[in-house]
Amino acid sequence: MSVATSIESGIAGPAEPFGVAPGEADARIEGRSTWELAWARLKRDRAAMISLTVIIVIILVAIFAPVFAAITGHGADAQFRTTGMTPDGLPVAPGSRFVLGTDDQGRDLLVRIAYGARISLLVGVVVTVLVVAVGAVLGLAAGYMGGLVDTIVARLIDVVLSLPYLLFAISLVSINFLGGPGLPIIVFVITVFSWAAIARVVRGQVLSIREKEYIEAARSLGSGSWRIMFVDILPNVVAQLIVYATLLIPVVIVFEAALSFLGLGIPPPTPDWGQMISEAQQGGLYQQAWWFLVFPSAALVITTLAFNILGDGVRDALDPRLERL
Amino acid sequence: MARFLIRRSILGLFVIWLVTLLVFIMFYMGSGPQDVARRLAGKQADPQTIAMVMHRLHLDEPSYKQYGRFLWSLLHGNLGFDFYHGQPVTTVLKEAFPITLSLALGAAVIWVVIGVLSGVLSAVRRGSIADRVVTVLALIFYSMPVFVLGLLLLFVFFYELSIHGLHFLPGQGYTYFTASPLQWFKGLILPWIALALISAATYTRLTRGSMLEVMGEDYIRTARSKGLVERRVIYRHALRSALTPVVSQFGIDVGTLLGGAILTEYTFGMPGLGWTAVHAIEEGDLPVIVGIVIVATAAVVIANILVDIGYAVLDPRVRLH
Repeated sequence: MSVATSIESGIAGPAEPFGVAPGEADARIEGRSTWELAWARLKRDRAAMISLTVIIVIILVAIFAPVFAAITGHGADAQFRTTGMTPDGLPVAPGSRFVLGTDDQGRDLLVRIAYGARISLLVGVVVTVLVVAVGAVLGLAAGYMGGLVDTIVARLIDVVLSLPYLLFAISLVSINFLGGPGLPIIVFVITVFSWAAIARVVRGQVLSIREKEYIEAARSLGSGSWRIMFVDILPNVVAQLIVYATLLIPVVIVFEAALSFLGLGIPPPTPDWGQMISEAQQGGLYQQAWWFLVFPSAALVITTLAFNILGDGVRDALDPRLERL
Repeated sequence: MARFLIRRSILGLFVIWLVTLLVFIMFYMGSGPQDVARRLAGKQADPQTIAMVMHRLHLDEPSYKQYGRFLWSLLHGNLGFDFYHGQPVTTVLKEAFPITLSLALGAAVIWVVIGVLSGVLSAVRRGSIADRVVTVLALIFYSMPVFVLGLLLLFVFFYELSIHGLHFLPGQGYTYFTASPLQWFKGLILPWIALALISAATYTRLTRGSMLEVMGEDYIRTARSKGLVERRVIYRHALRSALTPVVSQFGIDVGTLLGGAILTEYTFGMPGLGWTAVHAIEEGDLPVIVGIVIVATAAVVIANILVDIGYAVLDPRVRLH
């Protein structure tokens, strides 16, 4: 009985349309958008889904960092000079009181790592959104408008891409630009040095898209430049922008950690992963207290790794031309 | 070709000039010069002494005059004077550069070999266990900042070995090749590995992707149907054009590193250009920062031009004009 019905109703999946007359098919087949297809492909990518889960967990940790502080009773900046440090003034190893051990000032590493996730994620996401927006707008303008705008933007791209960016970044921090070390300058510096790569890709795409017939059609229908750029052209590069953005987040997170590692990022005592690694390095402290180096490093690497795997997955999902394993 | 070189050189000079203007504005237009004078004059100095120091260093002149002076001496290969340490900036750079060079070139050789070979292996044996292992390792190193790997290496191979009586590798610092070639080599092993593994990951990913793309092209099928051995198809036909993006990345990476491998040098306490820059920044030693920024930019600009020439050599379809 059950076999009969299943044959009658057709086998699920791609085989289905063959047994159905064209007229009937219209009612039964639902068109799936690019995004639905991409999401379906992404859902089948196990590594990407695990990474997505890890990222969600990290986001939750960042949001609920105060909960870690409340449960342990250790504030992010609270120093436990007696319980959190050995009689020699060294950090205390992981144990029941301090789950991940303490740092050089007797502060709870677990709580500080949880709070550190906030900076990394905030910088990673905010800067990436800014970079993609700036890069996309300039790339669109250069590619579509051509002429002087294109010349200026293209030269700017050349210049920015030939600057030693980390060196420039730390120089800018050093002259107390935008108030010296802190969030505003980190956001500014990374944005200024990262937009060019995106602008170049977008410009290249736009140069070919603007020659297409439908753009000509839009123009002859009386659409203005802005409408053509943002309504007719932009959607064609959105998939690429999303892939680029996902892969840019870990790069930005590492950039921020590097600035903080060099002592030019988030100023203490605000907890930050790069800064914690730098403190562990000072005076070779990590040699006596491995946990002080290993746990913040692990937090940083797990985060960037998760974003990179997800980014690869998103790229494969959005680009059907790439053959899949 | 000649026209191309001239055009690119002009663009390169333009970028370098722009950078001189930029760093001049950044460091000489703000409170920088006054801070320098104040530092040099000492904590107790009265305003007159500071004014005197500023005058002696020409820091009280109008900025366009200072910029003119700055550019003029730059054209004569003079990068200025390091007031804090009483020596010309070129001397500082000459001492630091060999360290950066040793680090960058050694690491570059290692990462290109590892990166390209593993990338080819991974692409040719796509889906195999080797491919999976390479892909996962590349992802991990790709996601790891160089200072994290560097410190972990120091912890395991310097500290742990040393406390167990195996003083094989030195910790931080740098020994000049001329002082002791063996110590020079030993001291560079960990920095080389750290920098090379992190960079190799990018090359593995790049080579693999590029190889997979090229292997699908018609001319590869033609080469196979001509009856060429697979080895020849892979190395002579596919790899050659698959290397184009790799060459581009390589030029830019080496160019950037020659201006200072900031994070690696800082992690391993090697006083190369990057380390010197970070310390100059901490001290507020403006002429040294400016000098390093200009030299580093020039390195990247030159690397970019070399990359374009490399394109033409590797891929006969590329015409430079």
